[in-house]
Amino acid sequence: MAKELMKGNVAIAEAAVRAGLNAYFGYPITPQTELLEYLSSRMPELGRTFLQAESELGAINMVYGAACTGARVMSSSSSPGVSLMMEGVSYIAGTELPVVLVDVMRGGPGLGNIAPAQADYNQIVHGGGHGDYHPIVLAPANIQEAIDLTYGAFDLAEKYRSIVVILADGSLGQLMEPAELPEMKPAIMRTPDWATYGSEGRERRFLTSIDLDPSQQEKTNFRLEHRWQEIKANEVQYKEYYLDDAEYAVVGFGTSGRIALSAVRAARAKGIKIGLFRPVSLAPYPEKELYELSKQLKGLLVVEMNAGQMLEDVLNITRSQIPVEFYGRMGGILPMPEEIEAEIDRMVNDPTETDGHPRDRWLARFGKMN
Amino acid sequence: MENVTMEEQLVYDRPESMASVQTHYCPGCTHGVAHRLVAEVIDEMGIKDNMIGVASVGCSVFAYNYFDFDFVQAPHGRAPAMATGVKRVLPHRFVMTYQGDGDLASIGMGEIVAAAARGENITVIFLNNANYGMTGGQMAPTTLPGQKTSSSPGGRDVEVAGFPIRTAEMLATLDGAGYVVRRSLHDPKNIRMAKKSIRLAFETQKHGLGFSLVELLSTCPTNWGLTPVQALKWVEDAMIPYYPIGDYKVNPALKELKI
Amino acid sequence: MPPQGRIEVRDNYCKGCEICVDACPQGVLELAPERLNIKGYHPVELIEQGCTGCGICAIVCPEAALIVYREVKSRSQ
Repeated sequence: MAKELMKGNVAIAEAAVRAGLNAYFGYPITPQTELLEYLSSRMPELGRTFLQAESELGAINMVYGAACTGARVMSSSSSPGVSLMMEGVSYIAGTELPVVLVDVMRGGPGLGNIAPAQADYNQIVHGGGHGDYHPIVLAPANIQEAIDLTYGAFDLAEKYRSIVVILADGSLGQLMEPAELPEMKPAIMRTPDWATYGSEGRERRFLTSIDLDPSQQEKTNFRLEHRWQEIKANEVQYKEYYLDDAEYAVVGFGTSGRIALSAVRAARAKGIKIGLFRPVSLAPYPEKELYELSKQLKGLLVVEMNAGQMLEDVLNITRSQIPVEFYGRMGGILPMPEEIEAEIDRMVNDPTETDGHPRDRWLARFGKMN
Repeated sequence: MENVTMEEQLVYDRPESMASVQTHYCPGCTHGVAHRLVAEVIDEMGIKDNMIGVASVGCSVFAYNYFDFDFVQAPHGRAPAMATGVKRVLPHRFVMTYQGDGDLASIGMGEIVAAAARGENITVIFLNNANYGMTGGQMAPTTLPGQKTSSSPGGRDVEVAGFPIRTAEMLATLDGAGYVVRRSLHDPKNIRMAKKSIRLAFETQKHGLGFSLVELLSTCPTNWGLTPVQALKWVEDAMIPYYPIGDYKVNPALKELKI
Repeated sequence: MPPQGRIEVRDNYCKGCEICVDACPQGVLELAPERLNIKGYHPVELIEQGCTGCGICAIVCPEAALIVYREVKSRSQ
């Protein structure tokens, strides 16, 4: 199939449609609104369900209800809207339902702004809702990857009865790039042995997230944790660039990983042996792979569009065995390749300052901007 | 020759759509009556295998244990949204929410208003017992002015806590509503009327006439500090004057129906 | 002569709330003073003749615990 020029939000929407999306429920919020707008005509045209909900709270609970029936369902939003969805996300996790959720992140906290950010990392990866649960989190860095990850997300969700979050950001949502779309599947309505779609010809069922008996609830908790172990063993995804002989590496996901790649190339051109490690699955995180890589490195730079949320995970994984530096932009600002390149230069040529937390050093260097 | 003999006929038995379990409701709580009426209607319409119920949060959180058909259980107040999700992907199934007044008229007011306004083709059984039963009888949006609860010990002061919400009247103003009525469960006549309304609510859904809701004035003997029989009297004496029984929205097509 | 009826009580559902006792037009229901069900409630029972099988007890019962029968005339050739 030929490549088409597509906007990120639309590409994600069409990828979901082609994956057999049966029903979409959402609420307008910048910078993901085109996704909803696109589906508002595309879904009815295919005889599938599209509904604009009264709020993100409504949308996630519509998704919750539809997921109970065995239908392929999705919602999408952006940071403040995703915060509002967290109640439903926890319930969906507690009920063990397959759901795909797209978060096109923007600046925060609060209303923040509508420019791209990655500050939902903690909320999504480490669970913004209550209780012990682990969504699968996938972070695309370009439109083709966004399409491919979205297309595969439903199978993944259904395989593990899990939430899969496509964690993108405003720039990826708005960006236009040529990409190839996968083949079209019909709307998928499954009848797994847990779904509630009317009890004709079988025993009746119910789906709930409540269990007043703590020992039974703990069994559920253990089941979820064991399933997470299985997911960790099987579903790790990451990309490596120029790492074979690397002495240094940048770690970045999504858009910041993509921008860092330009900086890495520029540094390579200057003769610095540096590569890029880009986790694609933020949960499960490529822990072993990053740890193994860190053993060959003299230093590592974490680049994010937040104040160092993934940084904490990287520090845990590398176990303080190598120097780690951090560079972040916040508030809806993208890091420029030159800024990252300058950080690479400093890490390589002037690695003197290594006391304290990398975030503290970053703040000391850049915190006086205002 | 004609022989006339006496023969015993079954007048009433437990409906099939009720599961064979004892409920957790307090003695005399009219949740049980509402459950029974819903189950009777579902039996009579023969739709048990086509039902998906949505339980809410509150005393009726375990409603899914008491009905013998498919059920899901919603977050507090979100049952109408969850029911919307079910109904939109299974438009030929019957979808019902079963919600109390704290769930529907306080935390879930957004979801219920939006579902009614969309004309969501679902049936809502709404129990109004003027307090939060499950958590021990706190003030609800439906608590009457002056009514003492565990969180309004001096009686609901409308200067501070505002006024009770008349849900049926409010939802009836929405164009998407096909059938919105208030009934009471305090005596046999009213219980019969309530059952007929529950039937009409499901008929509304069956005929695609939009959103249907039956508000049922209900008792909470335990938290009201009354015996079950006294509680029924309190519904009649105190609740009905504030919450009049009535048909607030009836799609004209329903009047043509022969049941 | 009023119609004859009777009720059966599914003891384990009954919670002894007495709503049926109060509602019975014939006044022929009472809680069994010396019997307890599995949950520790005194279940309701028919205490004397006079039940007409009107079904009001079942209509007000919150537990669907009552089965009601009524005698009707049956004609056969």
